[in-house]
Amino acid sequence: MIQGIELQHILIITTLMFFVGVYGFLVRRNLITILMASELILNSVGINFVVFNKYLYPTAMQGYMFTIFIIAIAAAEAAVAIAIIINVYRRYKTINVENVSEMKY
Amino acid sequence: MDWTYTLAIILLPLATFLTIGLLDKSMPNKLAGVLGTASIGTAFLLSCYTAYQYFFVHGMVDGAYQKIVAFNMEWLRFTDTLHIDLGVILDPISVMMLMVVTTVSLMVHIYSNGYMHGERGFNKFFSFLSLFSFSMLGLVVATNLFQMYIFWELVGVSSFLLIGYYYEKPSAVAASKKAFITTRFADLGFLIGILLLSWYTGTFDFTELTQTTAIGGLAMAMPMGTSFLGLSIVSWALILIFMGGAGKSAMFPLHIWLPDAMEGPTPVSALIHAATMVVAGVYLVARLFPIYAIAAPDALTVVMWVGAISSLFAAIIACTQYDIKRVLAFSTMSQIGYMMLALGVSQYSEGSNLGFTASMFHLTTHAMFKALLFLGAGSIIHAVHSNSMLDMGGLRKYMPITFVTFGIAWLAICGFPGLSGFFSKDEILVAAMQHNTPVFIIAVIVAGLTAFYMSRLFFSVFFGKNTHYHHTPHESPKTMTIPLMILAFFAVFAGYIPFNEFVTSTGEPFHSHFHWNVAIPVTLIAFIGMGIAFVLYYKESEIPTKVTKALSWVYTTIFHKFYIDEIYLFVTKKILFGIVARFIAWFDRHVIDATMNGFAIVTNYVSVSIKGLQSGQIQKYGLIFLSGAIFFALVFIYLFV
Repeated sequence: MIQGIELQHILIITTLMFFVGVYGFLVRRNLITILMASELILNSVGINFVVFNKYLYPTAMQGYMFTIFIIAIAAAEAAVAIAIIINVYRRYKTINVENVSEMKY
Repeated sequence: MDWTYTLAIILLPLATFLTIGLLDKSMPNKLAGVLGTASIGTAFLLSCYTAYQYFFVHGMVDGAYQKIVAFNMEWLRFTDTLHIDLGVILDPISVMMLMVVTTVSLMVHIYSNGYMHGERGFNKFFSFLSLFSFSMLGLVVATNLFQMYIFWELVGVSSFLLIGYYYEKPSAVAASKKAFITTRFADLGFLIGILLLSWYTGTFDFTELTQTTAIGGLAMAMPMGTSFLGLSIVSWALILIFMGGAGKSAMFPLHIWLPDAMEGPTPVSALIHAATMVVAGVYLVARLFPIYAIAAPDALTVVMWVGAISSLFAAIIACTQYDIKRVLAFSTMSQIGYMMLALGVSQYSEGSNLGFTASMFHLTTHAMFKALLFLGAGSIIHAVHSNSMLDMGGLRKYMPITFVTFGIAWLAICGFPGLSGFFSKDEILVAAMQHNTPVFIIAVIVAGLTAFYMSRLFFSVFFGKNTHYHHTPHESPKTMTIPLMILAFFAVFAGYIPFNEFVTSTGEPFHSHFHWNVAIPVTLIAFIGMGIAFVLYYKESEIPTKVTKALSWVYTTIFHKFYIDEIYLFVTKKILFGIVARFIAWFDRHVIDATMNGFAIVTNYVSVSIKGLQSGQIQKYGLIFLSGAIFFALVFIYLFV
């Protein structure tokens, strides 16, 4: 319980973060930016977990554990995604997502 | 008496085959030759020992030679009654065949060391020879029909491999395929026959099958009234089994592969296509002889007539051929027909089983002199570098040893008094005379024809015109002439073995005496045949050409082997490939394939038409995914909240 901050406030922030992430994911053309946007989505969910745990079930630990899990996965995902992006750049000399559609069929 | 050592006779060539075959090129040629020869030599010595032990020491019990199962092992078990065994059986005919096969095989091995010298694939040749020896010996000692069938196919494979030994030559490849397919087709009948017979008898085992008491029950056990085209089921089973035998033994009308099989190296022709494998059919009938004779006399009549027709047919063709090996091939076919005929005129009872003994007797003597003829022909071909008799002539001056040994074999096959062929042929003719007059007449005609065509061959090769050779022919090396001399010894003296004491259908020896009333006229006929050939071919003359001119269309028909090959080609190419196969191919292409193609085409069409939805733009996918997620979220909110 944090003095003066309601659960709803934090949820508003995370919702904003989530949709900013979704917007970025759908609109930006730069692969790195898309990756960053997906990190935003993940982290907003992580904050949700922590907050629900803290405000609703202060004695439980599952929310924290899930957050740590998400952070680990995000790290792994970033490593893989960046490796892919580097290879895409080597191959196409660009990281514009619209130009990388060769594998559609 | 422990007979287990007989297993070594069969396993030695197998071990040699594996050793030479696996080491192949990493083994020096000389070593491979010596190893192959030594292994079959050991098998030969062991066979001699076995024969001595069997015939003179342990085999005779209660005045008859017994069947001894030396070794038996269950190989495959399906049910309690249906199981396939592998083993070694010893009885007069199998021991006799062991002797024949190892003797001829040993001679051919020694001979091949010289004949195949310097050939590419020398080691391969020897490994195949060992494989063949193994399979043939396994066939001979088979304890049951199924083991026989297994080894039967194995000899077929080794024959295929050896005929196609010169695989760069298209004709050799075609010949090996022809031999394999023809015999395989015949073996289809053999397999069905085995299944039919064992279905009613409930056993594959020879010892059980050929018990006389069991056979009496067999005819009863066949369901009453089940006859097909007027013959009982057991007759059909045995006729089908004989079909397999006829295919292997090149009996009319399944003989077409044998002349072509001469494309193989000559030692192979001597071993497989003259002395051993081609008599497997005779051996098969002899093996099942009690059943043939007691339960299915009709089948035995078929055997007799097929043998008689084949022998006459082949003898007529042999008179017109020019390829030295083909003449010998047709002669082989003719002589095997003789053996079949002899089996056909025999019966399973005291006093009238002369034909059986005569057949086995002729099998042995024929193996010796025919192997000798082939090896001699190989020696000639080695010197002249041609198969055609037109390229030969006056060779007696150049190749004295071949001349003398070939001459002995020639006299033996013609039935010259005192040589082996004389005695065995005489027994066959006596048996035929006692049983069936038309067959006897055919046999006598064949005897005359045999004398004629063999003399034609002999005179035109060793006498006749003085051919000018590019390089002077020379006598073959010792490795080739020594087997010739040994076989010549057998060709002379094999006739003095008292076969009626050893090899009979019942196992009991019987007394036979020489029938001068048959021997003298038949010998005279043989002399007439030889005399005609002498007049025509001893010196170069115009008469043969005139005779062929006078008989133009008859001669052409015979020269083309009565167009049997053409008939086969017509049936297979025109009818089977042209009509039946064309229809099936149409059905396959337009119905079965078309259905499958239809599925593929529909799938393809659908996928092409919807693949435009795939843009490859990750963000579009993301948008669709998001819309879907929101849609479902709204649905769930509406439903549950």
